[in-house]
Amino acid sequence: MSAATAAGRRSGAPRQGRRPGALERRTSRFGWFFAAPAVALFGFFFAYPLVASLMQSFQVTQDGVTGFGGLANYEKLAGDDLVWLSLMNAGILLVFQVPLMIGLALLLAVVLNQSWLKFRTTFRMIHFLPAVTTLVAYSLVFRVMLQADGGVINQLIGVVGIPPIDWLNNPFWARVALIGSITWRWTGYNMVLLLAGLQGIPKEQYESAALDGATGWRTFRHVVVPQLRPVLIFTSITSTIGALQLFDENFILTGGGPSNATLTPVLYLYRVGFRQFDFGYASAIAWLLVLVIGIFSIAQFWLMRDKEA
Amino acid sequence: MEKQTSGLAQALGYLFLLVGAVASILPFAWMLISATHTTADVFASPPPILPGDQLWANLVRLQETTNFAQVCLNSAIIAVLYTVFSAAVSAMCGYALAKYRFRGRGLVLTFILITMMIPMQVLLVPLFQIMASLGWIDTFQAVILPFLANAFGIFLMRQAFESFPDTLIEAARIDGSGDIGIFFRVVLPVARPQLAALVIYTFMSQWNAFIWPLLMLNTEANYTIPVALNTMVGLSRVDYSGLMLGSLLTTLPMLLIFVIFQKQFVAGLLGGAVKE
Repeated sequence: MSAATAAGRRSGAPRQGRRPGALERRTSRFGWFFAAPAVALFGFFFAYPLVASLMQSFQVTQDGVTGFGGLANYEKLAGDDLVWLSLMNAGILLVFQVPLMIGLALLLAVVLNQSWLKFRTTFRMIHFLPAVTTLVAYSLVFRVMLQADGGVINQLIGVVGIPPIDWLNNPFWARVALIGSITWRWTGYNMVLLLAGLQGIPKEQYESAALDGATGWRTFRHVVVPQLRPVLIFTSITSTIGALQLFDENFILTGGGPSNATLTPVLYLYRVGFRQFDFGYASAIAWLLVLVIGIFSIAQFWLMRDKEA
Repeated sequence: MEKQTSGLAQALGYLFLLVGAVASILPFAWMLISATHTTADVFASPPPILPGDQLWANLVRLQETTNFAQVCLNSAIIAVLYTVFSAAVSAMCGYALAKYRFRGRGLVLTFILITMMIPMQVLLVPLFQIMASLGWIDTFQAVILPFLANAFGIFLMRQAFESFPDTLIEAARIDGSGDIGIFFRVVLPVARPQLAALVIYTFMSQWNAFIWPLLMLNTEANYTIPVALNTMVGLSRVDYSGLMLGSLLTTLPMLLIFVIFQKQFVAGLLGGAVKE
């Protein structure tokens, strides 16, 4: 479905021949007719607010008067510890949560792809179930399970003699709790993606690797991983962008606390914009987010193109 | 490679899948158990391991504190309206991009690609201001309209229509059908599987939506389920079993859709994701 190839196809090209002029006009008119609702909606609810947001990021409000403030919001951004803390928290997710989740998902996918496996469909369905829950609902369930006093997780680890942990009020453990919750929700989703990638690897590749005397690990390393490269890049970068955009989970689970240990850029944007109602500064934070996410999007595009070239 | 897999490796594989399966199911089980006990029992030691008999009592309390029936109805209305209109917009635009060569088509394509690269959160502040100036805060249309058009749906439908043979469209034209008639009667029925996947994906994303409804809806009578559940967390004495019942009730429709339409569900969720 890569956009470049799809855009290059011209299946809708008008036929050359009789009445080319008439057909051309007709095609053009109805093309616009079908595209119009989407274009109008995008124009009003995407293009216009996007420009408004950029302009607003240069505005400051002082004594109730809003006016042009130059780079004031961006200067404030550079010196705001909470901005950098929120980016660092997203970075912690990138360094610990994303590899943990993608690793687990890959392991699950590889086991599920084995020909000797029985109950494959059942296992796949069960592991996918967490991806079916709504974000707020699963965050609430983890909030209940992670309560320090009598929460079921503390009771479970108590069985093996681990003392109760104050999951949601200790900065370190709150991050662990967030990483655990997100991993629970999204591993199965990534597993299905990776499984689809694995099933796309031709059988002959395994066979020829076996003929060359490759054993399990070397087949995995030299056949499976290179073939899965596009899917691995896609899942990793999508998860990273997801971490930068995280809101529902930490809002419900910890509210960004304790001591802002689980504050993410979007949660900070929400606080500045809709608790403090500093729209100008919130817009500047939003554009920083656009920049950071843009870098990852371009990296993804570049990495995946590199492979095809 | 497969035939050489030793018994030990197989046993390890099964063990890994079993541990993962238990971890996947445990929170669901706990949601069900908590929803059917009193809050005191949820945190009792040892914890209950079977569903209890407090389901009805919890439901009555949930209805009293949040008017949950109304909230569910709101969620359903918003999700259904959003899904119908969003799918229509996506299908039409996808069809235009797949089958028509109109002036500005390249521009439209580029524009849609850009919307994919920009995080929606950048729009929150200006969209909030637009809705405020229209006087639409705390209305359903404010929740539904801004994200009706989305690149994912358009590209999914464009892909679905691209494989439709041009000759069939030409034939229908020669038979005297108009362009709109061809779209609804000839092309759209063939794309039913992809449309089903899109409808499921769209419904789920709106059912799930949190930050935008949270910003737009501010009276209890208009809340959607996620927004209502969030307000319950802020109360001084949190009704945990009520919360879990609410979470269970918002998860059930998704589980049901998943079990019935498993294939379309996964296709919709992964539609834009699987490359090639």
